[in-house]
Amino acid sequence: MALINPKKKEVQVKIVYYGPGRGGKTTNLEYINEKFKKRIQNEMVTVKTYGDRTLFFDFLPFDIGEIKGHSIKVQLYTVPGQVKYNATRRLVLRGVDGLVFVADSMDLRREMNIRSLQNLKENLETFNKNIFHIPLVMQYNKRDLKEEGIPILSIETLQKDLNSRLQAPYFSASAVRGDNVASTMKKIIAMTVTSLRKKLE
Amino acid sequence: MEFTIEFDKQQIESIENILQEELIDTGVQSVILMDLAGNVVVNLDKGDKNHDVFSLAALAAGNYGAVSAMANIIGEQEFSLLFHKGEEESIHFSKVVEDLLLLTIFDKNVSLGFLRLKVAEAIKRIQKLI
Ligand SMILES: Nc1nc2c(ncn2[C@@H]2O[C@H](COP(=O)(O)OP(=O)(O)OP(=O)(O)O)[C@@H](O)[C@H]2O)c(=O)[nH]1
Ligand SMILES: [Mg+2]
Repeated sequence: MALINPKKKEVQVKIVYYGPGRGGKTTNLEYINEKFKKRIQNEMVTVKTYGDRTLFFDFLPFDIGEIKGHSIKVQLYTVPGQVKYNATRRLVLRGVDGLVFVADSMDLRREMNIRSLQNLKENLETFNKNIFHIPLVMQYNKRDLKEEGIPILSIETLQKDLNSRLQAPYFSASAVRGDNVASTMKKIIAMTVTSLRKKLE
Repeated sequence: MEFTIEFDKQQIESIENILQEELIDTGVQSVILMDLAGNVVVNLDKGDKNHDVFSLAALAAGNYGAVSAMANIIGEQEFSLLFHKGEEESIHFSKVVEDLLLLTIFDKNVSLGFLRLKVAEAIKRIQKLI
C-alpha cells in the first residue's frame, strides 16, 4: 500500500523485515542506519523491551532519490520476532509493500525459521495478501557463526526448508559484520520499486 | 502493487485548505493526516517546531492499531477519544474514514473541548471530498 502524493511528488513505500526472534532483523537496520547515515535524516525509532528484544517495531526512513520525477521515501520496519507478540507483528505488516525474511542459520533454529515463515503467510492472509504476490527477499543470516565452530544449516537445507516453493532471491549474510546487508536491502527496494514505475508514468 | 486511498493533487490541496482553516489558523501546532500503514498524506504546522513527522506517523499507526485491538478484546468497536496529554504539548487522534487518521498536536493554549469541535468539523469537510 504505497502512498503517492501527487502534489509533493513523493512516494512512500513500506518494507518490513520479518523472521524468528533473535534472528538479526534489528541488527540489519542498525547496520543500515550506521552505513547510510548521510541519507537518513531522522533517528531510527525503536520500541524495545529490556534485553534489547523488539517489543513493537524498529523504524528507519530512508531516501533513495528520484524515480520518474518522484522522490521515493522508503520506510524500513522490523517486527518483533518472539512468538508471543503476534498481535503487534500483524499491526506492523499492515500496508506492507515488500518483505525481507531474515532466517537464523543456527542449526538449533531450524524449526523456528519454518514456523515464522508459516506465521508470515497466515498474517498476510488476514489482510487478504498472498505471500506469492508480494516482493520478497530471503536472507540467511549469521553465516559468520561457522568460523566460531557453531553448527549452522547449509544453504541447501535453508533453501529446501524455506524457499523451495517461493523461489525468492536469497542472500547469505552476517548482519553483525554487515556482509550482504546492503545487498539484501537494495534487492528488496529494487523489486518493490519496479512495481511502482508503471504507476508513476 | 496496491495503494491506499488515492488522492489527486486537487484533493490534497483542498484537504490542506481545510486543515489550515479549521486547525492551524485556530492555534493548533501541527496536523498529520495519515493512513494506518504509517504513511503521511498531508502534514501542516505553524512552523515554529520541527517534529519528525514520519516517525510520529509510524508510531501513531502502531499505537492506534494497538488501542483498537484492545477495544476489540473487551468487546468495544473502538474508543472514541484517543488523547495523550503532556506538560506543554498534547496529541489527539481521530479516525477520518476507514484506514485514515488525523493526528493533531496542540499546546496548552488550546482546550481539548475546542480542539475536538474543530477536529470534528474538519473531518466532516474532508469526508465529503473522499
Ligand atoms: N554471530 C552473529 N550474531 C548476530 C548476527 N545478527 C544478529 N546477531 C545477534 O543476534 C542477537 C539478536 O539480534 P537482533 O537483531 O536483536 O534480532 P531480532 O531479529 O531483531 O530479534 P527480535 O527483536 O526479538 O525479533 C543479537 O545479539 C545480535 O548481535 C549475525 O549475523 N551473526
Ligand atoms: Mg528486533
